[in-house]
Amino acid sequence: MNKELKILAVVVFFTGLLYWGVEPYAHHAMHAKYDGQGNEIKIESHGFVYDGTTEANVNGVIVADLERKVMEEGSPEPKAVLAAKLAAAKDIQSKKASFWKEVGTIAELKGDATAGEAGFASCMGCHNGLNMNMGGVIPPNLDHAGALYDKNYLIALLKDPAMASNVDHKYADTSMHPMGSIKGTMSHQQIADVVAFMKEKKAAEPTAKQAFMEACVRCHAMRYDKVTQLGEAPKTKENIKTGHDIEAMKYAQKVAEEQATLATYMGKLPPDLSMIIRARSGHFMETFIEDPQTQLPGTSMPRVGLSEEGYEKVHQYLMDIGDPSKPARDIAAPWVLGFFVIFTILAYLWKRHQWKDLH
Amino acid sequence: MAKIDEKAFPFSKQWLDDRLALTTVMKVLNTEYWIPKNINFLWAMGMILAATFGILLISGIFLLMYYVPTVEGAFDSVNYTIMTEVGYGWLWRHIHGIGASLVFLIIYIHMFTGIYYGSYKRGREMIWISGMLLFVLFSAEAFSGYMLPWGQMSYWAGMVITNLFSGGSLEAYGLVEWIRGDYVPGQAFLGRFFMLHVLLLPLVIIGAIVFHFATLRLPHVNNQDGEEVDFEESARLWKEGTVESRKKSEVIPFSPVFLSKDIFVMGVYFILFFYLVFYNFNFAMDPVNFDPADGLKTPAHIYPEWYFLWSYEILRPFSKDLGLIAFAIAQVIFFALPFLDRSPNVAPASKRGLFQIWFWLMLVDIIVLTFMGKLPPTDPAFAFIGLVSAVLFFVLWAALPFITMFEKKIKE
Repeated sequence: MNKELKILAVVVFFTGLLYWGVEPYAHHAMHAKYDGQGNEIKIESHGFVYDGTTEANVNGVIVADLERKVMEEGSPEPKAVLAAKLAAAKDIQSKKASFWKEVGTIAELKGDATAGEAGFASCMGCHNGLNMNMGGVIPPNLDHAGALYDKNYLIALLKDPAMASNVDHKYADTSMHPMGSIKGTMSHQQIADVVAFMKEKKAAEPTAKQAFMEACVRCHAMRYDKVTQLGEAPKTKENIKTGHDIEAMKYAQKVAEEQATLATYMGKLPPDLSMIIRARSGHFMETFIEDPQTQLPGTSMPRVGLSEEGYEKVHQYLMDIGDPSKPARDIAAPWVLGFFVIFTILAYLWKRHQWKDLH
Repeated sequence: MAKIDEKAFPFSKQWLDDRLALTTVMKVLNTEYWIPKNINFLWAMGMILAATFGILLISGIFLLMYYVPTVEGAFDSVNYTIMTEVGYGWLWRHIHGIGASLVFLIIYIHMFTGIYYGSYKRGREMIWISGMLLFVLFSAEAFSGYMLPWGQMSYWAGMVITNLFSGGSLEAYGLVEWIRGDYVPGQAFLGRFFMLHVLLLPLVIIGAIVFHFATLRLPHVNNQDGEEVDFEESARLWKEGTVESRKKSEVIPFSPVFLSKDIFVMGVYFILFFYLVFYNFNFAMDPVNFDPADGLKTPAHIYPEWYFLWSYEILRPFSKDLGLIAFAIAQVIFFALPFLDRSPNVAPASKRGLFQIWFWLMLVDIIVLTFMGKLPPTDPAFAFIGLVSAVLFFVLWAALPFITMFEKKIKE
């Protein structure tokens, strides 16, 4: 018996070691990011608080890397080019810092929801729920904006949409953010008022699905829930004599057209998210949604601006669709495991009985 | 024509015995199939493997009813139809996935048990060779099954592994295309691997399992001290039936005595198995494979499932041709173990001097290779450790005949 336990300990030790090496350790090593000097960059969630920290972190690494290259001898790029890049990076760094500092000062103003109502009414010109593509994407529905999005983010968005979403690099040359015309048109107080209106009047708690439909669907489909970039797919019937469903075909064409416009605007078609919860770790999802640039530098995906509660709703929906068997697993597990525990106890008693007079 | 009892009632015991020798068969395979008494729970791994294969077969049959083997339908049939629409489809899929991973864990434990106790020589060579044949067949079965969900890892693993057949500098791309049935993995590729996974390979595996059992019957199972058991004398003592004679006998019958222990060990194993099925299944279902196959988007890291990592790492650290040769040798070298081990001793490694060091070095080396096989080779430290352990793997095999040749004979 004693010897068997020793052998078991050896087997368990090596099995555990193997598991540690190919699972937690390997995944950590595979997803680790490093700066130019080989130091690991830790990407942490900031609890969905938007104050320019993630921007400062990303830009800090870029600037430090360029500063080192400028000082280094024998760099493949000419010094002048590097110096220009460094100056540009520093420029972006300071612009972002002052932008978020200003957002902070607006956040301290006391907004007047009543005064903000009129301002919000002008948003409805585009955010009207008509599923019309404007400048590349469909403007999202704002029914639960106050509950879904962070206050600082909303302020930043009204001040400068590209900067708020941290995708200003996309619009550096010629094109303009689809909502870019709002930039600089509102006074600080007006911004505070409109945000106060949303935080008060558009703050009803959304369902998990509503949260996803408002925050994600204009780009991402969810085919396992019959959701496309145009929203919920309509229920249609096929012609029983021909076997064709013309309405569904028409809808499919509309979706395909919307996807083509979107793909042109974003550079590629944003992925369907039906299985994303199984394909990415929880930490990746959290930090990526908080600021996509931290995980995929240069990506055209904008920051969504979800508050922590908003993210939890979206996450819940992704879980519901991507891992639908969770409730069934939780019900079945104790029965199955209980069965095998009893089975093992009985098997042990039988074994003892069979082996009792053998030695 | 043998003598038969004309009066026997149809399908009665006597009637069946006259025609099928049922009682004799039961004796040969069960009640008088003698197993040494001096064994530990590692001797139950064979039955655990048989049970796991059974579970894989049953869960596979259920999955097969809903799986769609087309490049358009495969991913959704696995991730949507089976997981959402089919009652308990998720359970069958999790059982199949966990089973596929655990079967290799148990195969490796089974193999290293055999190596540790010297159960591959002096009459047991065919047990070892048929077992290795099963290992190769299970590897092919696992790989072909891994193609079926048609996710990113299915596609790219299929791309990488079929590319190996180009033979490095031989540039035999014609052969690669012949295997794929296309320039890249596509419908022909998926259809072929589907057929292999659900028909041809399982058939061959079942045949090989029967063969593996058959190879075991004459030389008998080894014991944990490698002692020569006088099976005839011990069997006689057992059959005498007194408590005293059974204590003196060195053997036990397969059924029910050996089986009672097997079933207890199996119970413990199934607690672990179903814990993983319900609570910790992600290790057996790689996250990358939940992204649908996309020929235009190569994943940042392509790596096989954990059980192939050690041989994958033997491929990686060398130059193209050398790596392929090393990889090919690593796939078959274990077959040669009974002939490379020159020592006459059948004994646990702990009693075999240098061989003991060889055994633990080999085990640790394979674990290190497994770790490195998944880690990014772009890191120079990982690449270096990978190279050293790959070289060590071959050094160990080259050294084996020499260290065993001079091994002291333990008894006689």
